[in-house]
Amino acid sequence: MSLDRSDVEKIAHLARLQIDEADIPEYTQNLSNILDLVDQMQAVDTSSVEPMDHPTDAVQRLRIDEVSEENQRDKLQSVSPAVDLGLFQVPKVIE
Amino acid sequence: MEWEAVIGLEIHAQLATKSKIFSGASTAFGAAPNTQACAVDLALPGTLPVFNGEALRMAVMFGVAIDAEIGRKSVFDRKNYFYPDLPKGYQTSQLFHPIVGPGHVDIELKDGTHKRIGVTRAHLEEDAGKSLHDQFPGMSGIDLNRAGTPLLEIVSEPDLRSAEEAVAYVKKLHAIVTTLGICDGDMSQGSFRCDCNVSVRPKGQEEFGTRTETKNINSFRFIEKAIKGEIERQIDLIEDGGRVEQATRLYDAEKDETRSMRSKEEANDYRYFPCPDLLPIVINDDYIDQVRDSLPELPDARHARFMEQFGLGDYDAGVLSAYRNLADYFETVAQVGGDAKLAANWVMGELSKFLNSNDLDIDDSPVKAEALGQLLLRLKDDTINGNAAKQVFEAMWNGEGDADQIIEAKGLKQVTDSGAIEAMVDEVIANATPQVEQYKAAEPEKRGKMLGFFMGQVMKASKGTANPGQVNKLLKGKLDALCD
Repeated sequence: MSLDRSDVEKIAHLARLQIDEADIPEYTQNLSNILDLVDQMQAVDTSSVEPMDHPTDAVQRLRIDEVSEENQRDKLQSVSPAVDLGLFQVPKVIE
Repeated sequence: MEWEAVIGLEIHAQLATKSKIFSGASTAFGAAPNTQACAVDLALPGTLPVFNGEALRMAVMFGVAIDAEIGRKSVFDRKNYFYPDLPKGYQTSQLFHPIVGPGHVDIELKDGTHKRIGVTRAHLEEDAGKSLHDQFPGMSGIDLNRAGTPLLEIVSEPDLRSAEEAVAYVKKLHAIVTTLGICDGDMSQGSFRCDCNVSVRPKGQEEFGTRTETKNINSFRFIEKAIKGEIERQIDLIEDGGRVEQATRLYDAEKDETRSMRSKEEANDYRYFPCPDLLPIVINDDYIDQVRDSLPELPDARHARFMEQFGLGDYDAGVLSAYRNLADYFETVAQVGGDAKLAANWVMGELSKFLNSNDLDIDDSPVKAEALGQLLLRLKDDTINGNAAKQVFEAMWNGEGDADQIIEAKGLKQVTDSGAIEAMVDEVIANATPQVEQYKAAEPEKRGKMLGFFMGQVMKASKGTANPGQVNKLLKGKLDALCD
């Protein structure tokens, strides 16, 4: 299976990645290679193997429902470029 | 042409856990911005989610309550999209293996018949933060206190055929989650919100029409109005030769209309995949049985019991059983007062009237259930009459004491001393010559109605404390004697 240029542009847009026009052919080739490898693996008969949900065969441990976090707003917001009235500020977004 | 609407609903119920679904930050409502958003909620590098077992238990409670298949193994998936109030760049949700599989709820329609509505699934996910667009010029403010609050998204089958059915279904789910205590149900704060998928098709047609989704409607009334409006809009559009575009719409309560938010062309491609940060949740039958054993009595069961145990009518039993707190209140009043029908009348009558006019919930009633039960006891043992009971209730509402104190302080004890009542009756008759003459002149069958005037005068003279039955009997006897 091989991707074309528009697939790569769409993937980049969905991931909000800005990519160089000149690099698109290379990305297209690399990503197509990955899919080719997956295609190759499809050839293996896995009909008798139950799919795994996670690479480790462990199950989720459960946390007790307790509030264990204190307010650390000042510390956490110290790395933010713009903060006012306790709110993180971002360029205006309205859909 | 006759049209039929097809409606499916997605309901987001905020689970009433103390801490978030994947972190130990508080979920309490109304804190200052970002004071309840920890490093995990902010998706800082190096953090990992740890799943809250209480969110699991609550989701399973819901599943058991709607007789659903429970996922013995459920898995979290990532739903990828970018928005500033979603710091991770994905919402952790469950697409492929939800915790709750197919189930159902029964709704009652206006004509008294029941209809079974399928619930496709219910899955666990995290809420996003809030974006505030009006706070700063050119900037949006982000509050992440809500980010990571556990949600149960409940998806219905497209089984609903009208706005009324949709509202009945939403109310039933609301009653179930609040009775289970897994959601506070506060729609105005967004704890329980509804997305409506609506399409129309010619009646009799098998395949569905193109649907629109109206998001985040937060009251029962708006759900009804938004669906009705959307059905009409789609029918008008098709009848005028147009086509319904698949789109996400927003309900504007002020204008009472829906408007397009985004069309399918711009629709998101969420690229779901299993979340590698979380392991599969595995539960066994013992776990599910324990949850089942812990369930409180559900609204439908309580409704049936109220009819059978207390002899209430279908309507009264339905109203009184729909909400756990109201149902508990009623049962206490009935128990203390020793008369369930009288309790039902007072809870649905006088109490509801006072609650509504003061915009209060049953939990906030200044008259507690035991106190109202005590008042009804005094009504039942004839210490006071119905008129006085209303006065006592109002005084109790205003915090003037308990029933006995108020009856004493206001001198409302019913006068059953026949001598005293007879004296009042005689005085009223003596002072109402014109009315007595009218009574005598009237046809005998019309006299019954005319008795009302005299009754009123005597009750007034006794300040409402005379026993109405005795007054009536004495008045009738004396007036009729005058006619002979």
